[in-house]
Amino acid sequence: MNSTDKITILQGRLIDPANGIDTVTDVHIENGKVAAIGEAPAGFQTATIIDGNDKVVCPGIIDLCVNLREPGAEYKATIASETAAAAHSGITTLCCPPDTLPVIDTPAIAGQIKHKARKAGYCRVLPLGAQTQGLKGEKLSEMAALKEAGCIAISNNYAPLANTLVQRRALEYAATFDLLTIIRSNDRHLSDQGCAHEGKVAGRLGLPVIPEAAETVAVARDLALAQTTGAAIHFHTLSSASAARTLAWARREKRRVTADVAIHQLHLTEMDIEGFDSNTHVLPPLRSTGDRDGLRQAVAENIISAICSDHQPHEADAKAAPFPATEPGISGLDTLLPLTIKLVHEGVMDLSTAIARLTIGPAEILGLPLGRLQVGATADICIFDPDTYWTVVPDQLTSQGKNTPFGNWELPGIVTHTLLKGRIVYQRD
Amino acid sequence: MQSKSFMNADAVESLVDEMAGKLWSLMNERGIQAPLLVGIRTGGVWLAEMLHQELGLEEPLGTLDISFYRDDFTRIGMNPEVHPSDLPVPVDDRHIVLIDDVLHTGRTMRAALNEIFDYGRPASVILACLVERKGRELPIQPDVVALHKEMKPGEHITLTGPEPLGLVIGTESNRESRNGESGAET
Amino acid sequence: MSRGPSLQLDDAGRLRHFLTIDGLSRELLTEILDTSEGFAGVSERTVKKVPLCRGKIVANLFFENSTRTRTTFELAGKRLSADVLNLNITASSTSKGETLLDTLRNLEAMHVDMFVVRHAVSGAAHFIAKHAAPGVGVINAGDGRHAHPTQAMLDMFTIRRHKGEFTGLRVAIIGDILHSRVARSQILALNTLGVSEVRVIAPRTLLPIEARSLGVHIYHDMDEGIRDVDVVIMLRLQKERMQGAMLPSEHEYYRLFGLTEARLAAADSEAIVMHPGPINRGVEMASEVADGSRSVILQQVSYGIAVRMAVISIIIGTQNQQSQDNKG
Repeated sequence: MNSTDKITILQGRLIDPANGIDTVTDVHIENGKVAAIGEAPAGFQTATIIDGNDKVVCPGIIDLCVNLREPGAEYKATIASETAAAAHSGITTLCCPPDTLPVIDTPAIAGQIKHKARKAGYCRVLPLGAQTQGLKGEKLSEMAALKEAGCIAISNNYAPLANTLVQRRALEYAATFDLLTIIRSNDRHLSDQGCAHEGKVAGRLGLPVIPEAAETVAVARDLALAQTTGAAIHFHTLSSASAARTLAWARREKRRVTADVAIHQLHLTEMDIEGFDSNTHVLPPLRSTGDRDGLRQAVAENIISAICSDHQPHEADAKAAPFPATEPGISGLDTLLPLTIKLVHEGVMDLSTAIARLTIGPAEILGLPLGRLQVGATADICIFDPDTYWTVVPDQLTSQGKNTPFGNWELPGIVTHTLLKGRIVYQRD
Repeated sequence: MQSKSFMNADAVESLVDEMAGKLWSLMNERGIQAPLLVGIRTGGVWLAEMLHQELGLEEPLGTLDISFYRDDFTRIGMNPEVHPSDLPVPVDDRHIVLIDDVLHTGRTMRAALNEIFDYGRPASVILACLVERKGRELPIQPDVVALHKEMKPGEHITLTGPEPLGLVIGTESNRESRNGESGAET
Repeated sequence: MSRGPSLQLDDAGRLRHFLTIDGLSRELLTEILDTSEGFAGVSERTVKKVPLCRGKIVANLFFENSTRTRTTFELAGKRLSADVLNLNITASSTSKGETLLDTLRNLEAMHVDMFVVRHAVSGAAHFIAKHAAPGVGVINAGDGRHAHPTQAMLDMFTIRRHKGEFTGLRVAIIGDILHSRVARSQILALNTLGVSEVRVIAPRTLLPIEARSLGVHIYHDMDEGIRDVDVVIMLRLQKERMQGAMLPSEHEYYRLFGLTEARLAAADSEAIVMHPGPINRGVEMASEVADGSRSVILQQVSYGIAVRMAVISIIIGTQNQQSQDNKG
């Protein structure tokens, strides 16, 4: 099949939050773009018909954080394996953080990743360039070159910066090239060697803790530096209600700041680490019920405008150790959309809002003309059955990483088709 | 389990008198003057206390809880009501009278002998029991017996007490006793 | 997901691992104490050994050094007639890249019946219990800051020996609660056994942030906290805590939280003084208190063997019953 093939999606429930559309209609696709909605253009000879009955048709999902593990950790996952899993999960665009090996701090590595992703052909991959050379936190990376090589934004991911002066310079330099800086806000001294939220559960289990202040102190610092430098910043995977409140204030003040949250933070809390299940070991850590509820509210109110998977696939050994000694992270691609739909079933927000946080929300954060389906838009499309439930079986995840704490959960939502630039890249049997 | 009374307190007490008499003559015969009485928990301890009084001994008596020596630990696990064994004086070179209520398979006695030998090396051990029934599984014979009782298969005889003492006969289809109550696996 | 409590108990409620006090019933803790009474006498005999666990293999898996705990477990195993393997894995296998699971599998291949695990990381014993072959028991001999349940039970045994029962007792635990697996297990055990009050006395830097949720009353003033208590439990203060920003100096700590005869006078006149050892004399307590008439510290050590014998034999007993259940 090539991109010039014409496709018609018949009688699906089109939900395009960017354009305020939620209606049952036909979508016609030609040359990789949306050719028409409703009636077909005159003389439109469709080659492929997709039955949209009882299904939702929405823009392809944009996931702001997917660790592909390649290059450097192919025993965990590869670009091919994870982009295929992304397509299976309705994701058409993803950002991969720079902490590969070697680090994405040169145009060559960024180019190599993009090349491999194109070859695999499942998903648009947008690398994040390293903020500092080798992610060492000291010398700035060649951000201009990274941008030219296709890095959509700059991030130091989990790696700490040497000090706040380096951070200030890095933000200033990125702003020079109008590059967005993506930050995982964390005061490394406060989080120390911690692995669990400082609260009742960690207190009882005797786990080394990461206080809420590790995040809130850092968020306040980062906002101040962004204000000083005029840089645009994006907070990645916020974990506390308190940080969300600070963010709400900053957004009211019209600061150039956005944020996302990892989907697992909207469902799990510190209670889930009882029993030392290493699959619940994540960074930032699962926090209190109040934090989860505060984050849910911030997402519903569009203070946090994107939900991501924070996908971190691991080999079995990485999780086969006592909780604090395991590598943090969840393999989250397979469950991103279903867990987001679950929020709708739980009354946190309506379906259109939920889809917005997976599509137009992240598209606007990155400044991409994606995540919307008006006529002429790129035909990145996710089609899913919103009402059928499935049971999560870790070994059956499509991602190479089987590390999920959601094993045995009954989740709604099964992706039936994924279209990337008008091409069917995934179709359910 | 069904059980019916077989002997009341008075009858049991006269059996104990009989035990005391037989024990007295045996000790005379062997020239034992100051024996160390050791009762096996639970029924044997009640009997030992009575005999201790009847024989007018001054030294305190010992008690054995053979839970740690049972050969069925590998099958039934830990007895949750284990009590400490208590031998108040060294057993080395002493003449010991080991007292139990019912002698049946001999397994309890085997365990008790093993335990006593872990305390030291006695000069001799006399085995005294209230009731003896057939069904020995080990080469162990009593020296003093008050009553020989024929039992049907599936029946078992138990000393109840301590106040009042009594002997009951019970029938049980499956006699798997976890608590090691007096009378089981004897 | 297997939570702590259900991991420790089988479907019939029998103890198959001993990982934490959390989730265990008062009845079960009392059974452990009662069984320990039975074993306490064994140490006083000529042959300090019973044949209960003959033919069983108990492996002491110590990833962190602890001569005393290892020795008491070793003695406990040997007094039960088990074969005891001592494995200090601090340096050997882990440095060769062998994972914890590899170590476990290798030992299982030697048909070990029980692992006694000491590890510097919280949750290590749970991890091993989750991955151990069916029928293999795991006893937590201290994991990170999480739990040290046999230490807590020997402390309970010591308290019961001296006080008779737990109802109505006031107990104060003094010192580094934050880093103490012993304190966490003691607090759970004391509350489960029904004491009337557990107090913790420490500066805020040595308390977890939501300490009250552990079920304790918090005091920062030693003289106030120790008033009228029946049991005083001192915790060991690791010297390295002085190097961070936890405490300014040993001197100030001793001045504010050290146990002296004068301070002890505020406690109940029959109060006993305990310490899990080893003691830093002049840091946590004065020598005169450690060696004084109220101190039961050395008894704690000797009771430790009986309590560990009880726990080992109860778990081996569960294994025996399970294999019997499977046959029948």
